[in-house]
Amino acid sequence: MSGSTKKPLGLGLSSRDAFGRMLVRLGEGDDRVVALTADLASSVRVAEFGERFPERMFNFGVAEQNMMGAAAGLALSGKIPFVSTYAVFATLRAAEQMRTDVAYMNLPVRICVSHSGLSLGPGGPTHHSIEDIAIYRAIANMTVIVPADGLGTVAALRTIKDWDGPVFVRLSRATEPTVYAQAFRFRVGRGTLVREGKDVSIIACGSCVGRSLQAADALSEEGLDPQVIDMASVKPIDRDLIVAAAEKTKRIVTVEEHSVIGGLGGAVSEVVAEEGLAVRLTRLGLKDHFATTGPYDELLALYGLDAEGIAATIRDLMTPGKHPGSREA
Amino acid sequence: MKCEQEQRLRHIAVDLREDIVRIGYTCHFGVHLGGSLSLAEILSVLYFHVLSVKPDDPGWAERDRLVLSKGHGNLALCAALARRGFFPFEGLDQFNQLNSPFSMHADHERVPGVEASAGALGHGLPIALGMALSSRIEDASWRTYCILSDGEMMEGSSWEAMMAAAHFGLDSLTAIIDRNRLSLDGHTRDVMTLEPLAEKCRAFGWTTLEVDGHDVTALMDALSAEVAQEGRPKVVIANTVKGSGVSFLEDRASSHFGHLTEEETHQARAELEEMRAQIV
Repeated sequence: MSGSTKKPLGLGLSSRDAFGRMLVRLGEGDDRVVALTADLASSVRVAEFGERFPERMFNFGVAEQNMMGAAAGLALSGKIPFVSTYAVFATLRAAEQMRTDVAYMNLPVRICVSHSGLSLGPGGPTHHSIEDIAIYRAIANMTVIVPADGLGTVAALRTIKDWDGPVFVRLSRATEPTVYAQAFRFRVGRGTLVREGKDVSIIACGSCVGRSLQAADALSEEGLDPQVIDMASVKPIDRDLIVAAAEKTKRIVTVEEHSVIGGLGGAVSEVVAEEGLAVRLTRLGLKDHFATTGPYDELLALYGLDAEGIAATIRDLMTPGKHPGSREA
Repeated sequence: MKCEQEQRLRHIAVDLREDIVRIGYTCHFGVHLGGSLSLAEILSVLYFHVLSVKPDDPGWAERDRLVLSKGHGNLALCAALARRGFFPFEGLDQFNQLNSPFSMHADHERVPGVEASAGALGHGLPIALGMALSSRIEDASWRTYCILSDGEMMEGSSWEAMMAAAHFGLDSLTAIIDRNRLSLDGHTRDVMTLEPLAEKCRAFGWTTLEVDGHDVTALMDALSAEVAQEGRPKVVIANTVKGSGVSFLEDRASSHFGHLTEEETHQARAELEEMRAQIV
């Protein structure tokens, strides 16, 4: 038996480590794949690709605008560029190149960013990225993917390598709780029901999916039956799955390591409003403030984004008269 | 031979100016007159002498690439592409109109032959650099050219690309700076000092030439593959006059953008006829 079970690529790895490994695989299979970074090759895990394919790896130094523009030029010449830096720099420093050069020309650039959310905890607001989903989501032609774990990252990258148009893939520095044990086929625009339940729907993305599952397990011991949806495809979003969840549970909590404005919570709220769904909705995330500095796990706890915090929000949601939307850290 | 080619390229430059003046009169809203007119010889020499392109196959993989980073020179670019045969000339008369592919800024999505959308300054050289990297990966022979305004040398991203092109040793990349010395708010000397521009380019590791940007022979020589250093990108600082060829637009910041009246159009045409008559 032991000889027949091969550990699937990505299992147990952080999303950034899985990205680094998968990028090498993609490079082996397609010589159009090139990698670009801005003095962060080892940190964002593209160094291994650079060792394997030095002629297809470009380090632009500390110059993200030039890197993003050059990615557009490479794509215009038939390449599939994977651009990687920290989420905050790819989102803000190189924003206009991302929008005007990459997205307007609808080029197959894959912007795979590490250190998203609060994952570089002590780095503080200069290095936290809590606006990136909102910004990328607002850009026409752009697809936005936030994988839940290493396996989810591998699945997403396999699907989007040949995607027609630009894709933003949000990765974490930290190792996310494992959500997936087996390789699966990722589909853009489709969410995944990773835990079935009937009382409340937790719709999460990225590292928050695994912690939502932990929260659901804890709540189930108290007699609640939450379901958890991995909404890795934040844009396009799975409207049908949101509608079905709302009709089934009448309560939705969105969970993301991001501002509650414009990210997953915003996207789900738009669907809920436009579909006229009679649902109690709470968005869990950073409530329009910058985070403080500190160890990652402690920041998650401080802002109610750890399993306990998610569970507490859901308890409030289930309690008549409580308004979890006003919960403050 | 060279003399005949020089005359032909000078005629084409006048053709392009006539196109700019015509559209400057007929178009809705207004166009970037000054920065289009300063490009006439540069585009004539590139599209009719230097670039290897196939107008009937704009996506030909082996073509040379030209990125007009100063995307506001789009009227001049589109006139050159039309005259080179990339698309029918008549379409230009719809410049700036709804659903016309032709408008103020260069648009790769809608105009065949436009290699990259541009308009926001400081974007073109990074894009051209990416193209040159792609050419090198493929060990291809096609070259990449990028026309920048002098004003966009105020953008940090232009200098990021200057640094990187030398670092990567991209000798298949040539930049042409349309040094007309005027940006929107006035003389670049007053807005933000660029000099010593050539010294800066050399210090960034580029083979650097300075020419009269309205002298087609000088441009032909400077853009010749014979003027090159292995492992170094090349920049040609083309000293030009904003609004060149039309006296009341020349060297004025006010010619950056606008519309021509019927009277101005008559005068401009007469001056361009005179310019053509002097080609011997």
